Amino acid sequence: MNAMYLEAPTQDRKEDMNTAAPFIKAEHLTKIFYPPRARSLLSRKSSLQNGFKAVDDVSFEVKRGEIFVIMGLSGSGKSTIIRMLNRLIDATQGSIVIDGKDVGALDPAKLRAFRNETINMVFQHFGLFPHKSLLDNVAFGLKIRGVDRQTREAKATEALNLVGLGDRTHAMPDQLSGGMRQRVGLARALATDAEILLMDEPFSALDPLIRQDMQQLLIELQRNFKKTIVFVTHDLDEAMHLGDQIMVMKEGKQIQRGTALDLLESPADPYIEKFVAEVNRSKVLHAGMLAEPFTGADHEDGCRTGARPVTPTTDGAEPRVQHTTTTTVIADLLPVFAGGCDRIHVTNHQGLVLGQLTAKKVFAALSPKESVHGA
Amino acid sequence: MELNVGGWFESLINWCLANLGWFFDGIAWLTTQIVGSVEFALIVLHPLVIIALLTATAAFMTRSIGITVFSAAAFLLILSMGLWLETMASLSIVLVSVAAALLIGVPLGIWAALSSAVSAVMRPVLDLMQAMPVFVYLIPAVFFFGVGQVPGIAATIVFAIPPAVRLTELGIRQMDSELLEAAQAFGAKKSLILRDVQLPLAFPSIMVGVNQVIMLALSMVVVAGLVGAGGLGGVVVQGVAQLDTARGFEGGLAVVILAVYLDRVTGGASSLPGVLRKSNRLRKERAAAKAITPQANPEPALAVH
Repeated sequence: MNAMYLEAPTQDRKEDMNTAAPFIKAEHLTKIFYPPRARSLLSRKSSLQNGFKAVDDVSFEVKRGEIFVIMGLSGSGKSTIIRMLNRLIDATQGSIVIDGKDVGALDPAKLRAFRNETINMVFQHFGLFPHKSLLDNVAFGLKIRGVDRQTREAKATEALNLVGLGDRTHAMPDQLSGGMRQRVGLARALATDAEILLMDEPFSALDPLIRQDMQQLLIELQRNFKKTIVFVTHDLDEAMHLGDQIMVMKEGKQIQRGTALDLLESPADPYIEKFVAEVNRSKVLHAGMLAEPFTGADHEDGCRTGARPVTPTTDGAEPRVQHTTTTTVIADLLPVFAGGCDRIHVTNHQGLVLGQLTAKKVFAALSPKESVHGA
Repeated sequence: MELNVGGWFESLINWCLANLGWFFDGIAWLTTQIVGSVEFALIVLHPLVIIALLTATAAFMTRSIGITVFSAAAFLLILSMGLWLETMASLSIVLVSVAAALLIGVPLGIWAALSSAVSAVMRPVLDLMQAMPVFVYLIPAVFFFGVGQVPGIAATIVFAIPPAVRLTELGIRQMDSELLEAAQAFGAKKSLILRDVQLPLAFPSIMVGVNQVIMLALSMVVVAGLVGAGGLGGVVVQGVAQLDTARGFEGGLAVVILAVYLDRVTGGASSLPGVLRKSNRLRKERAAAKAITPQANPEPALAVH
C-alpha cells in the first residue's frame, strides 16, 4: 500500500526497520462468556452449552507507532477484544504476543508490571478516581510503580500540561466538563510512558464538537509521541479519521481489516457497504492516504503544468508548487482543485516532499463505488 | 412429630458453659476493664469539661452552628436533671459496644464484598442476628457473663453488627466497575486497590453503617437495663418498676438526647473527608497561585483548536 509507505517520515528510517515486525500480534482470539453457575434447578441442563460467544476467532497485527481502530456496533465484541489485550478479560482461546512476549503466560506479578509499564488504558466514562485530585489521578500509575512523590507529581504535572490542564492540578474530577475529564484520562495514560495505549470508546461520551477537539489533540500527541494505539469506536467517521488500520467487527467476528481507503474502495460485505455509504469521504480521507509516488518526469512539476496556484504561497514571492501535508483532509484541498490545479505535492510535517496528489485520484476516491454486493 | 429446637439450643448453651467457661470469664473480665476505664475517663473530668469536648466534637464533625448549640444545651440539661453519671455510664457502654461491633463488622463486610461465597453464607446469619427479638440474646448472655454491664454489651454487639457488615459490603460492591478496571489496568495490587480506591469510595456508605450501629446500640441500652447494666437503662427500668412517670421520662429524654447527638455527629462524619479535602485543596491552590503569580499562566504545550 503506497500510502502507508509515504506516511512514514523519511528520517525515521531506522525505526522503519522495526515497524516491519508486528508489535502486537493476536491470533485466533475467542472469548466465550458463560452465565454464572446456574443455581436454579430448571435451567441446569442447558447451562453448559449456553455460553455466549462474544469474540469469535479474531486475528490481527498492529505495528509499532500505528493507530489500530476496532470498529463495530455495541455487542460486536470490540470492548472485549481490547480488554483481552491487557487481560482485564482472559481469552478463552487464542494467543496474544506483544513485543515478543506471550501475554497469556504472564504470572500475576509480571502481568501487573506489564500493565503498569507497557500497556495503559483510557476509558469510555473516563474512569477517574473521584476522591483524588487531577494530580493524584494522573500520578496513579507512577505511585503503583513506587516512584517517589516529588518525581511522580512533576511527571504528572508535565502530562497535564500536555493536555492543556497544567493550571488545574489540584482540581477534583467532578469540577471538570466531560472533555476535560477525558484529557485527564489521557494524561494519566501518558504519564507512565507506556508504549501502548488502549482506548475504549474514549470520545463516545462527548459532545460532537468536543469530540473533534479531542481527536485533534490525539493526532497532535501522536505526532510527538508515536505511541501504539488500539482504539475502539462505533463511529466510522472517527475510525477513518484516526485509524492507520481499521478492523470492522460484527457479532464477534472480524468482517474486514484494512486502511480507510480499503474500506471505501472495496467494502468486504454489504454490512460495511452500508456504513461506508454514510461516510463523508472528503472529511475522512487524508492527503497522505491518496498520495502517489512521483513517476520520474513529473517531479517538481506541480500546478504549474496546469494552472497557477489559486492561493499564492506565503513564504516566497515566486509562486511555487502547491503543497500540503499528509494529514490534511481532502475537503480542505477541494478549493485548490476547483481552481484548476490538477496536482498537489504532499509533504510530511518537516516539509519534506513525499509524493503527489492528482485530481484524478482524488475524484476517483470521492465518488461512491458501484455496489459490488448488490443493493 | 415435634422437634425440640429450643431444647437443642439450650443443651448447646449448657455445653458451652461447661467447657468454655474460662473463655467467657476472660471476656467478661476484659470487657469490664475496658468499659470501666472508659467510664472512669468520662467521669473523672469535670462534667463541664466533657460537655465542652462533646460540643467541640460536634462542631468539628458537622460544621453546623445549630447542632453545636444543641449539643451544649442538651448536655447541660442532662447535667441539671441529675442524670450525668448514668448518661456517662450508658455512653461508655455504647462506645465500647460500637467499637467492638465495628471491629468485627467492617472487616467481615470487606471480606463479603470481595468473595461472593462469603457473602452468600453471611446473609442468612445476619438476617437471623437482626430479626431475632433482642430480649432473646439476653438470656444466654446472662448465663455466660452473669448480670451487669457485660451481658448488656455482648447482646448489644451481636445486635449491632449486621448493619456494619451490610453497609460496608454494599459500599464496596456498588463502586463503578470502570474505576475498578482503571485501577487494575494500571497494574495495582488488590491490597492497594482496596486501600486506595475501594475503601475511600465506600467511606460514606461505611459511615452510614457506623451511624446505624450506634443507633441500634443505643436502642439496646434501655433493654440492657433489664439485666442490670445500669446507666440510663437502669433509670428507665426503675421508673417502670416503681411507676415513677417523672423519673422514667427524664431517663428517656436523656436517651433521646444521646441518640440525636450521636446521630448528627456520625451523620456529619460521612461528608467529612470531602470537607477536609476541599480545605486542603484550597490551601494547595492558594500556594500554587502564589508560586505562579510572577509569570503568566503556563501555556499548554499543545494548542488545541
